[in-house]
Amino acid sequence: MASSSTSPCAACKFLRRKCQPECVFAPYFPPDQPQKFANVHKVFGASNVTKLLNELHPHQREDAVNSLAYEADMRLRDPVYGCVGVISLLQHQLRQLQMDLSYAKSELSKYQSHNLNGSATQGLIAAAAAAAAATHHHHHHQTLGNNLIGCCGGGVVSRDHLYHHHSPFFPTRDQQTAAIRAFDVNSSYDGTTGGGAGVLAMNASTGCIGQHPQFQQPRAAGNDDRPTPIDPS
Amino acid sequence: MASSSHPSAPCAACKFLRRKCIQGCVFSPYFPPEDPTKFANVHKIFGASNVSKLLNEIAPHQREDAVNSLAYEAEARLKDPVYGCVGAISVLQRQVLRLQKELDATNADLIRFSIQDIDF
Repeated sequence: MASSSTSPCAACKFLRRKCQPECVFAPYFPPDQPQKFANVHKVFGASNVTKLLNELHPHQREDAVNSLAYEADMRLRDPVYGCVGVISLLQHQLRQLQMDLSYAKSELSKYQSHNLNGSATQGLIAAAAAAAAATHHHHHHQTLGNNLIGCCGGGVVSRDHLYHHHSPFFPTRDQQTAAIRAFDVNSSYDGTTGGGAGVLAMNASTGCIGQHPQFQQPRAAGNDDRPTPIDPS
Repeated sequence: MASSSHPSAPCAACKFLRRKCIQGCVFSPYFPPEDPTKFANVHKIFGASNVSKLLNEIAPHQREDAVNSLAYEAEARLKDPVYGCVGAISVLQRQVLRLQKELDATNADLIRFSIQDIDF
């Protein structure tokens, strides 16, 4: 090894073969990230990955490999749902946020339309004050008062009650962000298997798969806007 | 076309792989012959042997969900070979963050209005 100018890539090391100069894996599977290739090989298989990469332009291959690595990682953490479980979770959060936002806006419009009498205003003030004083933990969101919906910064936590039926564990927004941060198209793969990505590998509600209308029509990212790296800030 | 004398038609996987669909075929409950595309997609992206290994490591009552999620991922990857279903995750995550910010801002407005009203 000391006499060669470059060490074999992680793929060729794993496959125990000579890493040729034109090796298709070498640019994307550096030798210091052995887990990345191991995962991708286990889920997709080296020959499937080769075929996939060969059908893409060279400038697209890094993104493709990183997304395959993310999918493989998710599938190994959650063999039943893989990253489809993440999609299910995000869609659920989105629906909940949309409902909460719509309700909050309607509450706000009550102030803005100036058509409150004194007693109603007192009720709203009392509710808002109670909500401001309330902690975020283990509160049914309706007990926070009608004004503060899905309270600031802990919007996910305040909806604990919704998820007790589905899963014993629900990630906070920070953990969720960490899981998504594990996939970053422009940076090197986060090969740590013990990272935050694991928390989203829990099984989504079994009612989601096959019954949720969104699952019937997977959307290509190109239909919408081009996916850009998640900015954790 | 299954012959009428055959007790059950081969599943889509065995049809695709051109092999006999035996009694305990691991694919047959989840790849009915009426939906050949499902197996074709899954095979193209994951490979039959990888799927078979994966299914064997999962409890039987979870295999249907596993196959359906694999089929979803495979279809997404065929439609978007660069990002697959990870593209959808990226879009959804941005939407969630955007809505959460908007909700936080609306709640902040609500607090402000209610505080203003408290000022006697």
